[in-house]
Amino acid sequence: MFGKKKVKSQSAETTGTPATRETEGLSQGQIIRQKFFRHKVAVFSLFFLIFLTLLVFSSSGIHLGTDTHPITVHGWWPLYILDIDPVGALESTCNGGMTGCPTMDLIPSFIDGSPMGFGAHPIGSDDIGVDWWALVTRGAEQSLTVMVIVGALGIFFGTVIGAVAGFFGGIIDAILMRITDMFLVTPTLVLGGVIGSRFGNLGVVPLAIMLGLFAWMGLARFVRTEFLTLREREFVDAARVAGASNRRIIFKHILPNAVGVIIVSGTLLLSGAILTESALSYLGFGVKAPDVSLGLLISNYQDSFIVAPWLFWWPGAFIIAIALSINFIGDGLRDAFDPRQIRTIGKAVKVKSPKKAKA
Amino acid sequence: MFAYITRRIGMMLLIIGGSSFLSYNLMAYSSNPLSVFGESTQKNKAFLIKQMIRELQLDVPPPVRFFLWLRGAVAGLWGHLDLGKTRLGFPVLEVIGRAIPITFRLVIGSTILAIVIGITIGMITAIRQYTRFDYSMTFISFLLFSIPIFWVAVLLKLYLAISFNDFLLNPTIPPQVSIGFGLVAGFIISGIIGGSRKMYFAIFAGASVVVAGLLEIANVTNWFLQPGLGIVGIGVLAFGIAVVIVQLSTGLANKRSLTAGLATAGFVTLAYYPFQLILGKNAGILAVFLIFSISIFAACVIGNFVEKIDKKVNIRTAVLTAFLATLPILLDRFMQVFPEYYNSDGVHGRVVPTLGQATDILTDAQRNNFWFSGLDLLMHLILPTLALTLISFAGYVRYSRASLLEVLNMDYIRTARAKGLNERTVIMRHALRNAMLPLTTILVNDFAGVIGGAIITEKVFGWKGMGSVFNQALGNYDLNLFMGVFILGSVLTVLANLVADLLFGVVDPRIRIRK
Repeated sequence: MFGKKKVKSQSAETTGTPATRETEGLSQGQIIRQKFFRHKVAVFSLFFLIFLTLLVFSSSGIHLGTDTHPITVHGWWPLYILDIDPVGALESTCNGGMTGCPTMDLIPSFIDGSPMGFGAHPIGSDDIGVDWWALVTRGAEQSLTVMVIVGALGIFFGTVIGAVAGFFGGIIDAILMRITDMFLVTPTLVLGGVIGSRFGNLGVVPLAIMLGLFAWMGLARFVRTEFLTLREREFVDAARVAGASNRRIIFKHILPNAVGVIIVSGTLLLSGAILTESALSYLGFGVKAPDVSLGLLISNYQDSFIVAPWLFWWPGAFIIAIALSINFIGDGLRDAFDPRQIRTIGKAVKVKSPKKAKA
Repeated sequence: MFAYITRRIGMMLLIIGGSSFLSYNLMAYSSNPLSVFGESTQKNKAFLIKQMIRELQLDVPPPVRFFLWLRGAVAGLWGHLDLGKTRLGFPVLEVIGRAIPITFRLVIGSTILAIVIGITIGMITAIRQYTRFDYSMTFISFLLFSIPIFWVAVLLKLYLAISFNDFLLNPTIPPQVSIGFGLVAGFIISGIIGGSRKMYFAIFAGASVVVAGLLEIANVTNWFLQPGLGIVGIGVLAFGIAVVIVQLSTGLANKRSLTAGLATAGFVTLAYYPFQLILGKNAGILAVFLIFSISIFAACVIGNFVEKIDKKVNIRTAVLTAFLATLPILLDRFMQVFPEYYNSDGVHGRVVPTLGQATDILTDAQRNNFWFSGLDLLMHLILPTLALTLISFAGYVRYSRASLLEVLNMDYIRTARAKGLNERTVIMRHALRNAMLPLTTILVNDFAGVIGGAIITEKVFGWKGMGSVFNQALGNYDLNLFMGVFILGSVLTVLANLVADLLFGVVDPRIRIRK
């Protein structure tokens, strides 16, 4: 708690700008939340990501377990990736004679004559008649699952190893950092390829766990650097003089001040995890058929781009939407956690004050 | 210093040893080469299995087998590197040796392009913070940061390669497209130069008209089928380069530098015709070296004689101008073989290929013609280079923008401004150098990450480099081949880290390497 107060009072003292008025009486958390909510794009991305996650998971349902003992919760979308509907696909033939065209019609009837509506296969179906919405939402579900698991494991191990190395220093630091280097010298995709070729067919959760076990190195380095500087600060000395244990110093004094670094590089880890998983599936080392992932869908249908463009656009759009919103959220969080970034608040106050004076 | 490097190299070897032990076992335990026999009904199945076990030493447990492999690898320290044989019986070294140049050809160009373009745009967005240009570039870099490269590659293949090839069948740009290009160029250029509102619109209009006009001229002269720069194009480019370099390095007010730069540009323009003789039909890479050395030598002479004071600065300006202004001459030379290339049998007018690393069916005469085969290589490089550049330049934009913004808030920048230095000196001398410091680490590490970056790109564009070797190794459970790729990647990474640390000590005098 002491550490938090220290940071706050310091920023209030040193800035001395109109920002001081606004930061007075606010806790560190409140300042960060306010700053984050000023970043319009980040807030929009946050809500968009929540909406997308709910949509994807509720529509495709939850499918875990093995083939013999499946754990299934059905979603609201009637079709699943194993349901084949060749008749429906044949019915929705578009101008080029290609079957399985999207049946979604968003143009009202007074413009093109046909009524608005989603139809049986709103974003089309693939060459054997599997509903594309079912496939894409299932793929997005996989991507989100990978993202969450890899992110959680990466952040956990990265924080623990970085914190221990940075706080204790000396021989522990040297050993832990050499181990980090050892993992770091292996190119991610090379490691991912080996893991994927072994664990890809077991389903997405084991794959994500294995990928997560090798995703902590970058974060560990950042956290270590942060701990190295923070443990030299006065408030840590003060806590130690007051008789605080190492555990208390780490969790109560240093960690709250390092949360910014952890969250920011954590979001980078998340968007990286999505792209890594799709790249692995694209190369054929990730999720295996009959299950699908967004990378696998793109890889399977990239050649039919000209005749059936929806098979290419939708999986890509989902990957980009997820990764882009994560990146924007990360950007908003970085601005919010950066104590030097007082410009947004200062600017807002400057704009406000002349209006108040006039009134 | 020496002690430091030796200690670092010792540590490097330990790290590589540890990580290769780790990946060897990971790979060995995760793949089962005997699985190919799983459903086999061959009569000699048992014999085949036994044979494979003997060949691959599968009876030795992987942690022990690693040391058998390590013996050959460690012998590399005294020059007898032996990484074993692949499953197909070729020496791993030979396979990798053949793949490395192809991957480097693919990756080095795009890495350099991404660094140059990315850092330039990042720095400009930092200087023009919170402008329309900044916002649009930030958005674009975020978007590119979130796009999988294989997705971009498919789009590029269709919208760039195939449409451009179709366009060449009837190469006239419709007026509305020229105007569109003009407006985009106007937006970018006026965003970069900035200035007051009036100035902004003047530059916007000027740049749009010039670009749209150039495209119209290209239409009229059938430029797309018979491209070339000619002495006029070279002259315009050379003088333009000279002015930009003088403006960036010393400012146009420095008449001595300006004279040196313009004189060099004049020399390069005049040398256009003599250089054509050197770059003849039978010329090779030596001729290219020759024209660059002539230009640079001439630039040194010009810089030396233009004025007695500030010789060093003048020579630097002249040499930079000479180097950059000679590049268009080379480009022009490649453009001269374009009609021949366009009409050749192997190409058939589809000049931007979507697959492969070179045209397979070239005649011997074409293959031996440096310009023809060079143009072929360049054409095959366009799409993969563009895809890799687009993906990786976004990162540089973000990093360099953040880094320059941080530096611009420093006290010494305020001091520099307060003592009356002009904006150019503040940015180029005081801010840029300091902003580049943290970037060196990222740059060097990115050069090391080439193999990872190449794996997907090579698959998408059908190249046969390190990426395809890696795919093959994983697909065939080829442990030795895999370890070959791995060891190359990790040695590059570790070396890059060492170089980054040493470089950091050189560029930043505050950091001293502990003896």
